[in-house]
Amino acid sequence: MSKIVVITSGKGGVGKTTTSANIATGIALLGHKTIAIDFDVGLRNLDLVMGCERRVVYDLINVIKGEAKLQQAIIRDKRVENLYMLPASQTRDKDALDPEGVGRVLEQLKEMGFDYIICDSPAGIERGAQMAMYFADEAIVVTNPEVSSVRDSDRVLGLLNAKTSRAEAGGEPIKTHLLLTRYSPAEVERGEMLSVGDVLELLGIPFLGVIPESKAVIQASNKGAPVILDEMTDVSQAYIDVVYRFLGQERPHRFIEIEKRGFLKRIFG
Amino acid sequence: MGLLDYFKRKAPSAAIAKDRLSIIVARERGTSRNTPDYLPQLQQELLQVIAKYELIDLDQVSVNVDRNGGCEVLELNIVLGENGKPKSDAPKLTVAPAASS
Repeated sequence: MSKIVVITSGKGGVGKTTTSANIATGIALLGHKTIAIDFDVGLRNLDLVMGCERRVVYDLINVIKGEAKLQQAIIRDKRVENLYMLPASQTRDKDALDPEGVGRVLEQLKEMGFDYIICDSPAGIERGAQMAMYFADEAIVVTNPEVSSVRDSDRVLGLLNAKTSRAEAGGEPIKTHLLLTRYSPAEVERGEMLSVGDVLELLGIPFLGVIPESKAVIQASNKGAPVILDEMTDVSQAYIDVVYRFLGQERPHRFIEIEKRGFLKRIFG
Repeated sequence: MGLLDYFKRKAPSAAIAKDRLSIIVARERGTSRNTPDYLPQLQQELLQVIAKYELIDLDQVSVNVDRNGGCEVLELNIVLGENGKPKSDAPKLTVAPAASS
């Protein structure tokens, strides 16, 4: 059974694309046939983060418009088996995304045997974002511990419960998960950042985990290799945990508490 | 955290953030998730009907839904024009029939 998962947030720059690339990579590493689709028409970036930008020939809009076959547009990852991606168009308009077209592409991907279809939503709550979430079975809401991001996430949760195929059919609602990214336990301890508890209390959805703030994310995107592949980093470990949890395994939460430092280091900073 | 930081405790801004968010999130859930979305159209149509008979200002009609416990109140607030005089040159307005959905 295929599962369609939207990675969404409302606010821009919180880590949707990073999360899409890493979760798709992680799920594929565990042996599931996975595709990540970039819905950010006009501002595609998932290809860069996944390091396949030079192999883009056709895109999602070409497929929807019948200008290319789906198989021609799909890019197979060179590092990870079972991992594929479908780029967004860089030149076309968001209005080229229509529910029928998107639905057709997703249906075809299911027939091709993809276990997980990861939809990387653009920022905002306009057409692109709505199309990315419309057919989703599950949603990962990416949130930063910061006021505007939390507010936007709450808004997006409202849309997930109202403007999606599942909501309109009145069946089982989309399963939502909260992923708190760019988390800094040190700042939380100083009372300068909303804590996991704060955000969970405000948004009230199941918790998938935290991704610590880290330079490794930018370094990974510089190289075009999802950071999850760099297993020596905290962020990689955090994403690996998140992937296991998303697939239903229990994993203790890490990176929420501040790292204990020695006495001397605490005194001299 | 250096030695000095132990002694100067700043007001924790995260607590302020949480308070502000609890209020705004609760309010937006109340309006954007539960308010019927026909309100703007209702307001527009009411305005058209009233404009046939009275001189009114566009901003003088407000439609709100209030919720008190289990009870919902549709509140309609219309401020009539000066002296409440009927409009003499009432334009011909066509009021769209109420949507059946």
